[in-house]
Amino acid sequence: MRRVYLDHAATTPVDPRVAEVALECMTGNYGNPSSLHQFGRLARQAVETAREQVAGLIGAAAKEVVFLSGGTEGDNLAIKGVAAALKKRGNHIITSAIEHHAVLHMCEYLEGAGCRVTYLPVDEHGLVRLSDVEAALTKETVLVTIMLGNNEVGTIQPIADIARLTRARGIVLHTDAVQATAQVPVNVDALGVDLLTISGHKMYGPKGIGALYIRRGTRLVPQALGGGHEHKLRAGTENVPGIAALGKAAELARAELAERGRHLSALRDRFLDGIMERIPDVKLNGHPERRLPNNANLSFKYVEGEALLLNLDMRGIAVSSGSACTSGSLEPSHVLLAMGVPPEVAQGSLRFTFGRQNTDDDVDYVLQELPPVVAKLREMSPFTPPQEEGGADVH
Amino acid sequence: MSIDYNERVMEHFSNPRNVGEIPDADGVGQVGNPICGDVMKMYIKVDDGRLADVKFKTFGCGAAIASSSMLTELVLGKTLAEAEAVTNHTVADALGGLPPLKMHCSNLAADALHKAIEDYRRRRGERPPEPAGAPDAAGAAGAGAPDKA
Repeated sequence: MRRVYLDHAATTPVDPRVAEVALECMTGNYGNPSSLHQFGRLARQAVETAREQVAGLIGAAAKEVVFLSGGTEGDNLAIKGVAAALKKRGNHIITSAIEHHAVLHMCEYLEGAGCRVTYLPVDEHGLVRLSDVEAALTKETVLVTIMLGNNEVGTIQPIADIARLTRARGIVLHTDAVQATAQVPVNVDALGVDLLTISGHKMYGPKGIGALYIRRGTRLVPQALGGGHEHKLRAGTENVPGIAALGKAAELARAELAERGRHLSALRDRFLDGIMERIPDVKLNGHPERRLPNNANLSFKYVEGEALLLNLDMRGIAVSSGSACTSGSLEPSHVLLAMGVPPEVAQGSLRFTFGRQNTDDDVDYVLQELPPVVAKLREMSPFTPPQEEGGADVH
Repeated sequence: MSIDYNERVMEHFSNPRNVGEIPDADGVGQVGNPICGDVMKMYIKVDDGRLADVKFKTFGCGAAIASSSMLTELVLGKTLAEAEAVTNHTVADALGGLPPLKMHCSNLAADALHKAIEDYRRRRGERPPEPAGAPDAAGAAGAGAPDKA
């Protein structure tokens, strides 16, 4: 059976050129970067080369890049670290309702520890309104954390505009750029951010490695204590294979960024056009233009997401769903709900995220397999309006 | 979260039995809530005290569809009292089990059927739950999981 992977927002395959670098740092260059002998010095070199490569991708100085275990740790360290460092200055944090749980759950934790958190709403396209950010700022605000590209619907937030508001007031700005990095140009100065999170496995690198960009002068209380690794910001012997791999992935992303963007958006648009032509009562979630090039999030009315996902899986097609059933909770996607998508429509949403290795043939295969699946489930659904025209609504 | 369905569940999900509506049904019952992700609608045709036909329409996940399908197989041809004795748990057991998370939220087919039978009785002017030797009806209706609202 044909297999088509369209879940690159969940994780990406490791680029063989990246895997090669990781392997070398396991079997050949296996030293501990903290060791003084030549084995250690060689490993140190691999780490520092990677730091430059990652810095190069995001327009930072190498010194401003700290390696850690991934997106969640990066988000956690940024938020908890700033809240702790600046607690004498204030205790108010601003975030949005559509953040990744690595941000939301840390914010909820800090609420329990005495912080006040504002969760900004978003508009129907998933965009944070600048006026809402401005209105939420107080004298107590120490941190604003808003993601760059949303992991579910792909909407890209106006981070540079938000930065103009925070900078004028000396407020720290963090962005979770886990999905956006290596998909769209990300430059820390153009964005005006003080902290930015990156994850290896979302950009054709391995799992278990990520980086936090920390603008020079940004105060942060480290959370992992021990040896003085990573400028004393993240103790623990460096994951050299992971770090070297992330560096290589960053170098490749930088060189191939424009080409990848074109490829992904061409696939995505071919897919969207084909779906809209073939399936009635489908809605694209997220912003029509301000979105990651690889993301198509669709709501198929009258049917439920897990049933769609399972049917596609049986046909070798891998996607993810915003339905409650697949999220392990009773509520469908918090992102779609925050955008005002009715819960019953959110239940029928699927996320298709394309990758470098996908082809037009992959898209055409999905365009061939998906319409009968939707039709079959709609035939089974008590909400599907009687034949002819699908005009009625679920509710 | 990963979905761990056994083969029998997947078989019913892939080839659900008795999907559809009965235009001149003797009773119709619906349970669930689209906000939570599962709604089941059962149609029954009663002949001589037995379920001569059962059809369903379901909006929901794999477990919801599979349990609807399995239920129709379990009760087709049964007397009303026998059908009322079938519970959501009977359905889950017949499917060889469902993932724990699905047990209460997607396993509602028997409730929908009981509602359809209730509807049938109401249409005939029967007064549920007591009359005509149907202690089962009261038991089943009371013991089933409540509609999730």
